[in-house]
Amino acid sequence: MQLIAAIVTMIAGVLACAAYFWATNFVLDWIFPSKGLSGAAASRNLRITNAIRPWLFLAPALFALTIYLIYPVIQSVYLSFHGRAGQNFVGLRNYAWMVNDGEFRQSIFNNFLWLLVVPALSTFFGLIIAALTDRIWWGNIAKTLIFMPMAISFVGAAVIWKFIYDYRSAGSEQIGLLNAIVVALGGEPQAWITLPFWNNFFLMVILIWIQTGFAMVILSAALRGIPEETIEAAVIDGANGWQIFFKIMVPQIWGTIAVVWTTITILVLKVFDIVLAMTNGQWQSQVLANLMFDWMFRGGGDFGRGASIAVVIMILVIPIMIWNIRNAAKETAGH
Amino acid sequence: MAGVDFVDVRKSFGAFPVIKGVNIEIEDGEFVILVGPSGCGKSTLLRMLAGLENITAGEIRIGNRVVNRLPPKDRDIAMVFQNYALYPHMTVRDNMAFSLMLKASAKEDIDKRVGAAADILGLSRLLDRYPRQLSGGQRQRVAMGRAIVRDPQVFLFDEPLSNLDAKLRVAMRAEIKELHQRLKTTTVYVTHDQIEAMTMADKIVVMHDGIVEQIGAPLDLYDQPANLFVAGFIGSPAMNMLNGRLDANNPNAFLSVDGTALPVARPAAAARGRNLIYGLRPEYLSLDPNGLPAEVVVIEPTGYETQMIVKLAGAEVTGVFRERVNARPGETIRLAIDNQHVHLFDAETGRRLVD
Repeated sequence: MQLIAAIVTMIAGVLACAAYFWATNFVLDWIFPSKGLSGAAASRNLRITNAIRPWLFLAPALFALTIYLIYPVIQSVYLSFHGRAGQNFVGLRNYAWMVNDGEFRQSIFNNFLWLLVVPALSTFFGLIIAALTDRIWWGNIAKTLIFMPMAISFVGAAVIWKFIYDYRSAGSEQIGLLNAIVVALGGEPQAWITLPFWNNFFLMVILIWIQTGFAMVILSAALRGIPEETIEAAVIDGANGWQIFFKIMVPQIWGTIAVVWTTITILVLKVFDIVLAMTNGQWQSQVLANLMFDWMFRGGGDFGRGASIAVVIMILVIPIMIWNIRNAAKETAGH
Repeated sequence: MAGVDFVDVRKSFGAFPVIKGVNIEIEDGEFVILVGPSGCGKSTLLRMLAGLENITAGEIRIGNRVVNRLPPKDRDIAMVFQNYALYPHMTVRDNMAFSLMLKASAKEDIDKRVGAAADILGLSRLLDRYPRQLSGGQRQRVAMGRAIVRDPQVFLFDEPLSNLDAKLRVAMRAEIKELHQRLKTTTVYVTHDQIEAMTMADKIVVMHDGIVEQIGAPLDLYDQPANLFVAGFIGSPAMNMLNGRLDANNPNAFLSVDGTALPVARPAAAARGRNLIYGLRPEYLSLDPNGLPAEVVVIEPTGYETQMIVKLAGAEVTGVFRERVNARPGETIRLAIDNQHVHLFDAETGRRLVD
């Protein structure tokens, strides 16, 4: 029953789109007819319809973008200058609070750590794995396995890793993989995700685990796009394996590496689910997105502070986003 | 500098043989061209010489040193690839200097050699450009410059001109030949274009289906093709080939399938009584009022010469004439054959029958 409803909705949606395009087109042609008119009038009408038609067809998309993208941005900025309930204007007070708030500073610091570590390691591992798996017969199997975490939601991944980091008091049987290994090697079990500072890295491992697959797939495609002849030329020029990789192959895919890096960077700035599911920002592992969520929706909610944190995240993301899009455009322009 | 020897060289991809026993001797300083249709194994052979492909059996020697197991960099060769294979992220200068930098040559030495190669090739003003900023011909020159700076014992060229337009190809052809005359480095050059082979080579190796069909100087191959394949491959427009046999009563006449007698100057004794192929190059037909009747099928004047396809002795035959011919399709003209330049081949074996 649900399936049928879904299919009917889909068909109705597509038909509605088609009807929209057909109807607007029809109305346009009716207002500015070009058939049956002669000379100047016809060509003038044709020009007018040609100028209007693209906007007509774009209108639904532009409308949706405005509602779901531009309006929330404006509203967030607006809220960030207002109080708890989002009604009385408070000026820059939210931002002033933020600068002096210890947890916010902690979040900025942690986000910065994430930013340094996760994109770098994900891209690095992705590149190395892509290069290695291209040469072995079971490379595709390995790639599939490494890509698989991409298919898991962040919360799901966090649950899996919770079991790896799980802690039972010394003496009892360790069900966490990491502690089981530590105990087997004669060490003391640790509550890994409660260790301030270091717990950041334990959480990062999860995102790296997920994102390495993404980096690997994109970089593997890029590596295959390198003309074989340039590698053969380097072989004849006397380059060894390392030199070919770092001096011939990597420079040729710099653009793609940059795109992968920045894409992961943007993702890292918004990291939320993993922290929420693993520590919820306790033990000094707070990040901006989780802090925003806390202020926005927990303990009665403070729309002003939550929105001001959201604005900060947006300001951090925008320059990287622009650079990323430019790079991606440059990459595709070459082909 | 050094010569190159192929001794019974073989190569198989799995069970599939692609090079079936090749013997070639290349002398020091020679410009040798491997030519043949695509899939004949010429590029594979060159890549085996370069060290990019393994050698299944046999021996390849560069300057009397067996190189079968040597990695490419130790073979003292340089290669120019079909798609230039320039490093896109390096300037022209770095492209040319790359091999020297890997050898950790002295900076002054690198600059000197790159400068000298750039001078020879007219690239001096382009040294700081990137490959993407160069035209096809300039890229080709950089690829050659990269080979020159290494001052190798042997230059290898793998269809280097096939990505250039027709006009540029002719110009680069002359340039490569001139370069060879200047540097006198042994050169092995692969192409599928027989004109390139004819115009540039000291020695041509015609390959077909993994074997060498004939080795020789360009004009020797043209005048004395060893078999039907070489006869058909070398020369443009291609040699005319007519089936038939010698006249039992007149050894100096060849009877084509429709009974027309075609002249033969010195038929080989071995040719008698066999099924033969009569080979005649288009330029050895001439207009002659006493000649054989031929019906014009197509006439193509180019100004410099006139090319005609005619029906002669029951077959379509191409002729090239220096004079301007005034004939229309369907008309009958009379043509004489220069019997001194007739080739006879055994129809079964395809071999040339020598008198």
